[in-house]
Amino acid sequence: MKIRFWGVRGSIAVPGPNTIRYGGNTTCIEVRTDDDDLIILDGGTGIFQLGNHLLKRMPIDAHVFMTHTHWDHIQGLPMFTPIFIPGNKLNIYGAFDPVSGTGIEKVMDIQLQYSFFPVREAELKADIEYKTMRPGQTVAVNNAEVTGTLLNHPVINFGYRVEHNGKSMFFTGDHEPPYNFYEPGDPHYEEFESIIKDKEREIIAAMRGVDVLVADSSYTLTEYPSKKGYGHGTFDTSIRMAREAGVKTLICTHHEPTRSDDELEAVFAEVLSRHPHQQGDPEIILSREGLEYEF
Amino acid sequence: MQSLSPELSTKLEEAVERMPAFPKSVQMILEVSRNLSCTPKDIIEIIEKDPVMTIKVLKVINSAYFSLPYKINSLDRAVVYIGINTIKNLALSLATIGILPARNNAGFDMDEYLQHSLVAAGIARQLATRYAAGDIDPMDCYIAALLHDFGKVVFAQFMPEEFSKALKLSEKTGRPLHETEEEIIGVNHAMVGAMLAKRWNFSNELIDCVGNHHSMPVAENLMAECLHVADIIAKNITAPKTPKRTVSDPNWKAKRLGFTIDRVSALLGDLTPFVNEAKIFLQASYL
Repeated sequence: MKIRFWGVRGSIAVPGPNTIRYGGNTTCIEVRTDDDDLIILDGGTGIFQLGNHLLKRMPIDAHVFMTHTHWDHIQGLPMFTPIFIPGNKLNIYGAFDPVSGTGIEKVMDIQLQYSFFPVREAELKADIEYKTMRPGQTVAVNNAEVTGTLLNHPVINFGYRVEHNGKSMFFTGDHEPPYNFYEPGDPHYEEFESIIKDKEREIIAAMRGVDVLVADSSYTLTEYPSKKGYGHGTFDTSIRMAREAGVKTLICTHHEPTRSDDELEAVFAEVLSRHPHQQGDPEIILSREGLEYEF
Repeated sequence: MQSLSPELSTKLEEAVERMPAFPKSVQMILEVSRNLSCTPKDIIEIIEKDPVMTIKVLKVINSAYFSLPYKINSLDRAVVYIGINTIKNLALSLATIGILPARNNAGFDMDEYLQHSLVAAGIARQLATRYAAGDIDPMDCYIAALLHDFGKVVFAQFMPEEFSKALKLSEKTGRPLHETEEEIIGVNHAMVGAMLAKRWNFSNELIDCVGNHHSMPVAENLMAECLHVADIIAKNITAPKTPKRTVSDPNWKAKRLGFTIDRVSALLGDLTPFVNEAKIFLQASYL
């Protein structure tokens, strides 16, 4: 299995001299199974360059799994060139949205409206199928399997586990480990603690033992208190999850858009200094646009 | 006793889909959502006082779209699964429908209904905490009591003429409302509540509780026991005009609680805080 990062930035694309080494595009990860099946995780602005790269290999049969539908994870989809070329096949997967009462088909409908985009969804030339998934559901992509798990974000967000040929990876999408918003002593406090523990166990089980965990590590410990509830994790929460789940490699992603390359390396070095490598620990690296990781 | 025809149950279910929430919670959810610094706790405290908002959230989380391995009765659990922002937006989308009118053609007092449900819910939670700690989640009992009479709102909104007749007959003869409903409508509010709860995939325990809250609770259903006792105690303090309600046998003792209802009520001590809490929520309703 091979994964390649086409976008690693959170919230908004930030091209420029300060982000040249790690990249300015928003989330998009290409996963190639050992059978060369194409699985794409999220369609942030990074998917545009992936699309251009794929032009050499037309027609394509892509399985695009959307962790959630916030802009930074869907914005590149209308500019994913293969959707305009007949003969290409796309399966787009994602969660049901209980607020609008719609499935994942809305990811294109919403973006391809007259006021916002010149081409209507009905005019796309590729064969596109939308498949709304339930939490815990496993979808077969030829010989690979992809399972969605409900994580915690201000919109429904699935973390996906991809498995094929004895190899596996898990991508969180955007995830803030749930926290107790009741004060100790509040009648709800204890009960809420136990619900959180249940949920944490479920999340760890979903990513248990994967070769690679790609996790939302937006904030540092110092930044987190003022960002609590925004729906993102910290480097420290990602390391904790990776250790508990016994993963082999942790790739920290969803870099803060305001963080320059130098700052990103500095905060990462600080995190590693507080978590010296112990036996059984995962290897911990930063995601970077263009990074290929084969295992 | 008749049951609802499939046509009528579908009609009622669809009607509830468009049913607005109570004025105070609509007003409060709009207020807090304008404030960026509102906390998840602020939002839950509003939703858990409104049967319609609570139903909307539980209906979503228990729906086939999420097909979770077990049914969820608690708003706190719903928060951990689908997130507070999704829940806030569900409540907000409900708020845009409008508000439940103060007056309905059935002459049913919505304020009194909500006050009774809130007081019963508070008492049921207290009973679960005191007598069934560790065996049952007090918040599940709270939700069961909050929703137990929801069938009355459905009647008032969607079958006002028949419900008005049942209300009048009960008032005139002193017979319990659920009996006069059965006589006039063919089903009672408990059955309608349970039918809806079933269609919304609520837990079997909750469906049984709502459906059987006028019967003596069967052994081993702690939630039903807490609800049954809380309902009677709440009725006696929130509706002083109606005849004092009791079980057919005044010496009946709730199994787990181990006392007669009057004794349980006395042991709970001063019940005015339950009533006051409900009244605070009701104030400024129907602006």
